[in-house]
Amino acid sequence: MSIVGLSAVDLLETMRSGDISAVDVTTAHLDVIAKREPEVHAFLHIDSDGALAQAEVVDRKRKAGGTLGSLAGIPVAIKDVICTVGQPTTCGSKMLENYRSPFDAYVIERLRAADAVLIGKTNLDEFAMGSSTENSAYQPTCNPWDLSKTPGGSSGGSAAAVAAEMVPLSLGTDTGGSIRQPAGFCGIVGMKPTYGRVSRYGLVAFASSLDQIGPMAHDTRDAALLLEAIAGHDRRDTTSIPQPVPSYSANLEEPLKDLKIGVPFQHFGEGLDSEVSDAVNASLDAYQQLGATVVEISLPYLSYSVAAYYLIAPSEASSNLARYDGVHYGHRAKDFDDLIDMYAASRGEGFGSEVKRRIMLGTYALSAGYYDAYYLKALKVRRLIRNDFDKAFEEVDIIASPVSPTPAFNLGEFANDPLAMYLADIFTLSGNLAGIPGMSIPAGFSSKGLPIGLQLQGPPLSEDKLLRGARMYERESDWKQKRPLLS
Amino acid sequence: MAEYTIVVGLEVHVQLQTASKLFCGCANRFNPEHPNTQTCPVCLGLPGSLPVMNRKAYELSVKTALALNCNIARFTKWDRKQYYYPDLPKNYQISQYDLPFSYDGWLDIAADDADAPLRRIGIIRAHLEEDAGKNIHDESGRGNDSQVDLNRTGTPLLEIVSQPDLRSASEARRYLEELRLLLTYIDVSDCNMQEGSLRCDANVNLHVHSLDGKHIPTPITEVKNMNSFRNVELAIEFEAKRQYEEYQRTQQKLGDVPKTTRGWDANRELTYPLRSKEEAADYRYLPDPDLAPVTVTDEQVAQIKTGLCEFPADRRQRFQDAYYLSPYDASVIISQGLSFADYFEAVAKIAGDGKMAANWVTQDILREIKERQLTEGTYPVPADVLGTLLSQIHANMITTKSGRDVFQILLDEQNEATVTADRVMQIIEENGLKVVNDTGQLTAAIDEVLERSGSQQAIDAFRGGKENAIGPLIGQVMKNVKGADPKQVREMIVEKLK
Repeated sequence: MSIVGLSAVDLLETMRSGDISAVDVTTAHLDVIAKREPEVHAFLHIDSDGALAQAEVVDRKRKAGGTLGSLAGIPVAIKDVICTVGQPTTCGSKMLENYRSPFDAYVIERLRAADAVLIGKTNLDEFAMGSSTENSAYQPTCNPWDLSKTPGGSSGGSAAAVAAEMVPLSLGTDTGGSIRQPAGFCGIVGMKPTYGRVSRYGLVAFASSLDQIGPMAHDTRDAALLLEAIAGHDRRDTTSIPQPVPSYSANLEEPLKDLKIGVPFQHFGEGLDSEVSDAVNASLDAYQQLGATVVEISLPYLSYSVAAYYLIAPSEASSNLARYDGVHYGHRAKDFDDLIDMYAASRGEGFGSEVKRRIMLGTYALSAGYYDAYYLKALKVRRLIRNDFDKAFEEVDIIASPVSPTPAFNLGEFANDPLAMYLADIFTLSGNLAGIPGMSIPAGFSSKGLPIGLQLQGPPLSEDKLLRGARMYERESDWKQKRPLLS
Repeated sequence: MAEYTIVVGLEVHVQLQTASKLFCGCANRFNPEHPNTQTCPVCLGLPGSLPVMNRKAYELSVKTALALNCNIARFTKWDRKQYYYPDLPKNYQISQYDLPFSYDGWLDIAADDADAPLRRIGIIRAHLEEDAGKNIHDESGRGNDSQVDLNRTGTPLLEIVSQPDLRSASEARRYLEELRLLLTYIDVSDCNMQEGSLRCDANVNLHVHSLDGKHIPTPITEVKNMNSFRNVELAIEFEAKRQYEEYQRTQQKLGDVPKTTRGWDANRELTYPLRSKEEAADYRYLPDPDLAPVTVTDEQVAQIKTGLCEFPADRRQRFQDAYYLSPYDASVIISQGLSFADYFEAVAKIAGDGKMAANWVTQDILREIKERQLTEGTYPVPADVLGTLLSQIHANMITTKSGRDVFQILLDEQNEATVTADRVMQIIEENGLKVVNDTGQLTAAIDEVLERSGSQQAIDAFRGGKENAIGPLIGQVMKNVKGADPKQVREMIVEKLK
C-alpha cells in the first residue's frame, strides 16, 4: 500500500493495525524527500539517521506493548527557527550557520514525548522575516505546485514539505501570516493559534508579542492532532496561557450549529485577485448550503494594520536580534579594528538585507524623540484593531477572508519592492496584532492550477471552534485530495 | 559665608541576596574563581530562551522600598534598556523605565552637626533590574583578548536613586552608611562593596554663592568607579573643588554644557573624564514583550510590611529611651549591625542595666571581637553569660573589678561549652569574689591590718589630714577579703580612725 500522501491520522491507524511499521513510514518519507528535495528545497537539514533511530524506538516500544504517544512514528518537519537538540538551528541565517542549541524548545519536548519522528529542519526566510522564503541565506524554496512560484513564507519550507508529501506534518511559526500564507500558497491547512496557546520557549524570537508556533498539515484532522500535542501552559514562557487544552480531535466532526460567519467585504477591494475573490465567495456559498449565515462586518481599523505591524514587529526584532553580535556565539567577522567594528562587521556579514532593513526600521522607530510618534502610536492602533475584532466577535462566530490577495507569486517577483510584499500580508497581520487564532484551509485553485486559501479567524482560544468550522467545509470539498504532480 | 554649597544625589545599585537570579534558576552567588559556571540559556541570552521573573526578588525589592518609605506601584512593568557591551549577552538589560515598582521615599540620616536634627534625604525611585556580567581585560598591556564572566549576569539589582538632597561629602557618606545598615538589617543584601554587591555613582554639582546673594548652579558631573564609602567622600570633595575652580575659570553654569561623566582614580585621588560617548547613548527603551507586567495587591504589600523588622533608626531611638543610652552609644551599637544590637539587647535585659551593658559591649566585647578577628555574629562570651556577670555587678554582688577578673577567666576558658551563666556564679564562688557584707569579718580584717606596725605611718598621715594615705591600708584589707567592697572598707577604716 502507499504510505506517502496519507494523513497522519490514517498513518497512525495503519501503524496501530500492524500493517506497517514506523520505520516503513519514515523510510517512505525519506525516499520522497530524497527524490523531491532537489527540486523543492524545503529542508535546511535532514536527519535521516536520527529519524530512523527514533522510528525504531517507536517500533520497539509498540512491540513491547508500551504506551505510545499521540504522534508515534509520524515524521514531523520543524521550521528551523525552533530550537532542537541534535540538529542545527540556523534560523535561515548565516549568523547562526554553525549554531547548535543546547536545549529543546517546549514544542520539541512535547513532540518527543508524543513519539513523533523529527525528520529535519525546514527552510524559512531569515529569522522568519519575509513572505516568500527567498530571504533564506541558504536557498529559496520552490512551490511544489509550480516550481517557478514561491511557496510563501516565512514558513515556506514547512508548507512545501507537507504539500510535496515529504512529511505529513510540520511546524511553522506565524508572526504576521507566516503559517497561513504559505499554507494558502501550497494548498494545505495551517493554523496560527491564539497568542500564548503554544509556548514560545525555544522559538527564536522575531517579534515576541506576535510570534506563535502552529501546525501545518494536509487536513484539519491532522492539524487538530498536532495542535493538541504542542499546545498548553509552560511556566518558562510568561506569556503562555494557563488554561487547559481541550481535545481538538474529539468533537472535530461535529458541525457548528447556527454558525454565523462575518466577512469584512470592505477590505476585499483593490488588489484582490478575482480568482481569489471567486474562490472565497464560493466557499461562503458552501457554508450557507451547510446552514451557516454569512453577514458583512466592519473592521474599521484593519487598514492601519500594515503600518502598525511594520512598526511593532521591526521594533521588537531590532531588540531581539541585538544579541547576535559575534561575541558569545554565532558569526564573528575575521577582520576588525576594535569592539565596535567587530559588532558592525559581524552583523554586517551575518545578516541578510531584509533582516538589516527591519533592524534599521525598528531601531529608528525606538529612537529618542520618535518613540511616541511611532512605536507608542502603533501600540494604540494595535489596541483599536483588537477592539474591532472583539466587537465583531460579539456578532459572529468566525470571520472569513482571503488569506492573501493573490495565489503564489513568482520567485523573484518582489525582489526590488519589499513594500509591495509587505502589503500582501494585509489579511493576516491583524490576527497577530490582535492575538487571535486564524487558519488557512484549501478553498480551490486558480486557472493556472495554483492553490487558493480561505482564512478563518475566531476569538481568543476558539481553536476548537475554528477547527470544527473548517472541518465542515473540508468535508464538503475535495480540495485536499488534490496533490501537486512532482517527479 | 561659604563660597558654594555642594549638591549631591546618589545612585546606588544593590544586589539582592536571593538564592537564584532574577529571570532564571541559576545560583546567585559571588564566584569569580569559577567564571561562567553559574549560567544557563536564559542568562546567556541564547536564542529561544525566555525570562521568568523571580517573585522572591520582587518581594525583597518591595521590602526594601517599604523600608525606604517609598510608595509601591500596584502595577509595574519591565523595559529593555538597549546598549551593546560584551558583558551584556542580549545587548539589552531588562530594567524598569517609566513605571518603576516604587517611588517617592526618604531616608533620615544624622546631620554634619551631630546635635542638629536628622536630615531627611528624598528617594526619587527604586527599581529592579538585572545585573550585567563582568569583562575581564588583559592588564599586561599586551592587548590580549578580553574575557567575559557571565556568572553575575542576571543577578537581581536594585537601583536606588536619591534626590539631590545631600549637601556635603560627609553627608553622602553617612547616607550610604545608613542605607547599608538598613539593607543589612532587613536582610536583603550583604552590601559588600568589595564584591560589588553595593555600587554607587554620584551626581555632583555646586550652587555657587554670588555676591548679590544668588545661587548659581554649576554643570552636573556623574562620578563613577568609587569602590568604598571613603572614596565616595573623597571623590565628592575633590569634585567640588574641581568644579569651583572650573567655574571660576569658565563661568559655565548648569545647562551651558551637557552633563559629563568622570571616573574616580583612587590611587591618584582625582576624577578624570570618561568617554563622552556614553552620554550620547540612546537606550531605545522598549517594554519587554517577554515579561508580563507585575501587579501587587494592597494585602500583599501589607503582608510584606508586617514581615519587616524594626529599622535601625527606630531602634537607635528606642535604645536611648528604653536603656538610657546616650545618642552616641546607641549609634555605636546600631552601626555594628543587627546581630550586635541583638547581642547588646540580650545582655542589657539580663544585666538589668543598659548603660553598663553598653559600656561593656562597646568596649570590652568590641575590643575582643577585633583582637580575635571574630566573624560577624560570633562573640567572645555568649550574651546570657555576659548578662549574668553584669547583673552580679549591677546588684552589687561583686565589684566591677571582680567582674573584670571573671570576664578574663571566661575569655581564657578553653572549652566553650563551659562558658555558661552557671559558670559565672561558679567562678565568683571559687575565687571568693562575692562582695563581703559581713561586717564582722571585715572589722576583724581591718583591725588586723591597723595593728600591723607597718601601718602606723599611714595612720598618722591620715590623722594629719592626708585622706589618701589610707589607700595602701584598704589594699591590704582587700587582699585578705577578696569580695570586699573597697568603698565600704574605706568608710569603715575612716570611722575607726576618727
